[in-house]
Amino acid sequence: MEVKVVKRVLDVNEKMADQNRKMFAEKGIFVLNVMSSPGAGKSTTLEKTLAILKPDLNCAVIVGDICTSHDADRLARTGAPVVQVNTDEFGGDCHLAAHVIEKAAEDLDLDAVDLLIVENIGNLVCPAEFDIGEDARAVVLSVTEGEDKPVKYPLMFRECDVALLNKIDLLPYLNYDIDKARNYIHQVHPDMPIFDISAQTGEGLDSWIGWLKGVVEKKKSA
Amino acid sequence: MHEMGIAMQIIDIAKASIPPNMQGVRIERVNLQIGKLSAVVPTSLTFCFEIAAKDTPLEGAKLNIDEVPVTAKCNQCGNEWTITSPAFNCIECESGDIDIISGRELDIVSLEIAE
Repeated sequence: MEVKVVKRVLDVNEKMADQNRKMFAEKGIFVLNVMSSPGAGKSTTLEKTLAILKPDLNCAVIVGDICTSHDADRLARTGAPVVQVNTDEFGGDCHLAAHVIEKAAEDLDLDAVDLLIVENIGNLVCPAEFDIGEDARAVVLSVTEGEDKPVKYPLMFRECDVALLNKIDLLPYLNYDIDKARNYIHQVHPDMPIFDISAQTGEGLDSWIGWLKGVVEKKKSA
Repeated sequence: MHEMGIAMQIIDIAKASIPPNMQGVRIERVNLQIGKLSAVVPTSLTFCFEIAAKDTPLEGAKLNIDEVPVTAKCNQCGNEWTITSPAFNCIECESGDIDIISGRELDIVSLEIAE
């Protein structure tokens, strides 16, 4: 006997994400989900981003890692409130899900936050599948990773709204074709904004922060 | 990876979908649709499902996975086509202004309950 179900498997996550989205909107908080492979430079990029944003925006961070609080410790030195989530408590999950964000947000004074940055687990595959209630998604791709990463991980690059091409200070030492990388990104996500940055030296960060401030402002005035 | 979590969600949804007057039945098959663009690997999911289904009404059930192709529609020229490689410009007019119509599914369509 056939029983019709017709339900999305991730229904529970999606309902929680919608709940998160509504809650953050009510509090006037812009949520940015930052993803990348391990070692692309998310934490360093966010350290520098937070330092520059500090005078203008009240920022908070939720950091996801399977283990350790190393990233949270680094980001806390910027003065922003930081919550570390370790997914080994949840079975070593390879991504952050909406219920994890909801729980972590309880440890933040959300009334004092303009911009909440979620540093996702280093993973170019799974985090793209899980809505956490964010307003925008950024992918960090480093120039030490191979120009064709975007076509190997098309879901991630389609799901994200902006790409940061990081570690450009290393270009003189690499055989990296940056135009090829940009073409691959645009093959998967036509017209995706791409910012060439070096989180290490600070090069290119102003343009990226200009974009970020722009989208935060757009949501505020909507 | 997260295929185990997804298998467990499938089992929860399936159990909740059993009509109230039919508790105690065995489920023989779960029919799923998984889009080719989703970050779920069907063979891994099947493997995890078999393990997660033990000691539930779904123990021994077959997971029937319909893999849905990625199709897109161009908002500029109206063309619709199937995407088979990671290139997301319209194949007619090359516009990047497209909508993905199918390929992102991760759905339970129906169950088959043992008579």
